Amino acid sequence: MSRRHVVVVGAGPAGLAAADAALAAGARVTLVDSAERPGGQYHRMLPDAYEAANPEVLHHGWAAFDRRVRRVLAHDRCTWLAGTSVWALEREDPARAPLVHVLGEGSPGRRGVLTPDALVLAPGAHDRVLPFPGWELPGVFTAGAAQALAKGERVAVGERVAVAGTGPFLLPVAVSLLEAGSQVAEVLEAAGGARVTRGWLRRPWELAAQAGKTGELVSYTAALARARVPYLLGRAVVEARGDGRVEEIVSARVRADWSVVPGSERVTAVDAVCVGHGFTPRLELLVAAGCAVRGGTPDAVFVQVDDDQLTSSPGVYAAGEVTGIAGAPASRAEGAVAGWHAAGGAPSARPLTALRRGRDQGRAFAGRLAAAHPIGREWPGWLRDDTVVCRCEESDYASVRAAAGDPATTEARVAKLGTRAGLGPCQGRMCAVTVAELRARLGAPDADAAAPHRRPLAEPVRLGELAAPAREYDG
Amino acid sequence: MSPRLVPAGSDPVRRTERPVAVTVDGEAVTGIAGQTIAGLLLASGRRAWRTGPSGARRGVFCGIGVCFDCLVSVNGEQDVRACRRRAADGDAVSTQNRRPPEADGIRQGPEEAS
Repeated sequence: MSRRHVVVVGAGPAGLAAADAALAAGARVTLVDSAERPGGQYHRMLPDAYEAANPEVLHHGWAAFDRRVRRVLAHDRCTWLAGTSVWALEREDPARAPLVHVLGEGSPGRRGVLTPDALVLAPGAHDRVLPFPGWELPGVFTAGAAQALAKGERVAVGERVAVAGTGPFLLPVAVSLLEAGSQVAEVLEAAGGARVTRGWLRRPWELAAQAGKTGELVSYTAALARARVPYLLGRAVVEARGDGRVEEIVSARVRADWSVVPGSERVTAVDAVCVGHGFTPRLELLVAAGCAVRGGTPDAVFVQVDDDQLTSSPGVYAAGEVTGIAGAPASRAEGAVAGWHAAGGAPSARPLTALRRGRDQGRAFAGRLAAAHPIGREWPGWLRDDTVVCRCEESDYASVRAAAGDPATTEARVAKLGTRAGLGPCQGRMCAVTVAELRARLGAPDADAAAPHRRPLAEPVRLGELAAPAREYDG
Repeated sequence: MSPRLVPAGSDPVRRTERPVAVTVDGEAVTGIAGQTIAGLLLASGRRAWRTGPSGARRGVFCGIGVCFDCLVSVNGEQDVRACRRRAADGDAVSTQNRRPPEADGIRQGPEEAS
C-alpha cells in the first residue's frame, strides 16, 4: 500500500516532534532544515567538525532530544534533507498540499521539488529588535545571534557585553555569554518590576505544570546571581554609540509604557550589546501557502490553527512559534499533534489527550510570560529623525513618518517604494513589522495583517539555480 | 577588546580543532574547521566587513541567516550570508559594499568594480 508522504519543514523542537509522530503513525517523512544538524535555534548544535565530546553541557533536556534525533534520522521511512531551504510553496491543486520547492546548500545550490500528501510547517521565529539610534553599528547583535554563536560555534561576541530588551530569553543569552567567557556588564529588562512580578506569580498552578521551564529559568537567575551580574528592571537601551563599532550604550529608566524618564540616562562602556524585544514568527511560508492568520496588531500576527494544528489551508499543518511564541515544551507538543494528524493517524489515539493538554498548558504559560513582557507603546520616543529603521536601505524614521502622513503614499506598497524600507537584501525580515506598527500608529491605513510576511520567494534563489533542472526527490 | 573563540583547552564541550585557512580580501586568515565564515571572521577579531548604502560599517547582526547584514562574496559568488556558510580550506572571501556605483568620494567595493 502506498504510504502517506509527510514533509516537515524545520527540525527544531516542533519539527522533530512532528517527524517523530508522523513516523509513528506510519507515514513516509521528509524532514527539511536549512541547518546541517537538527535542533533548530533552541538546540543549536555544534558543527560535526568540532567533534565535541560533551555537547550536552550547553543544553537543557539533552538526553530526550538526542534520543529523538537518533530515532527520527535513523528511521528507514525518514529522509533527512540537511542544509536545505524551502524557497517557495506552489499549489497546483487547491484541495491538496502544495508542492515544496527546495534548494540545497552549495554553489550552485541544488534545486528540487517535493510532492507531499501533507505538509507540517515548523519554521520557528527570530528575534524582534526595535530600532534605536546606533543599532546598526557593528557590535550590536540580536540576543539570538549571541546565543547562536556561543552555543553553535563557541564564539563570544565581546569581552564586556550588555544584554537588553524584554522577555525571559534575555536570561539564557546572558548565561551563554558568561559560559563563553564574556563579562556581562548588565542585563536590562525594559518591563517594570511590578509587572514582571505580577505576570510571573499569578496563577502559581500554571508554573507547577511547567516545572521544567520554571526550573530552567531559576537556574539562569542563579547563574547570573553567582556571577554578580546586575539584572535591572524598567531600564532600556536607548542608544548605541561608537566610532565604527559599539563602544558604549546609553540606557534609561522607562515607565510602564516605555517612555523614557528624563534625566535617568546612563552610559555604560561595552564592546558588544545583545538586544531582543521578543520574537517574530517566520510566517512567509504559511502566508505563501494561503494560511489564515490571527492577531489584530502588526507585532502580534500568528498563523491560525485548529485543535489538530491544521491551518485554514488544505493539507497544511503548523506547529511551534508560528502559532504563538510558547517555547520548546509547547512546540514539541504541537509538533507531535500536527505530525500525527498529517500522517493520517487515528484521531482517537490515546496519547493525543495528554499532548493536547501539554500544548494548552504551554500556551497558557507563554500567555503569562507575554503579559509580563509586552512591548511598551511609547518606544518610538527613542527614535530620532535620522535613526535607521530599515537596516538594509538605511531608511530613517523621518522618511517613514513622512510617508505615513503623505496622502500620496498612504498605501503600504507605495510607501515602501518611496522610503525603500523593506526593499533591501533581507526583504523586510528585520523592519517590516516595525514599519507596519509605526505606520498604523501614525494613522496610515494598512489593512492586511499578513502583509509584513508576504514573501512569495521565501529564500533568495539565483537565476542559474532556477534555470537548472529541478531534481524530483520523491517522484 | 573583540569577539573571540572559547579556547579549546578550557572548553567544557571538549572539542577538537583543525585549522582552516581562507583569504579575506587577499589577506590570509586562519580559523578552525566547522566555523561559519562569520564565526571565523569574528573569532579573528573582525567585527565589520561590509558597508551599508551610506558607506557605514556593518557586521553580524542576527547570526541565523535572517538579516543579510553579513553578506560576503565567496570564491566569486556574491551575496553569501557569512553566518550560513561553513568556511572551507582555501576559500577566497571578499567583502562587499552596497554603495551605488555613481556615488562619489568613496572607494568602490568589489561588487561595483567587477
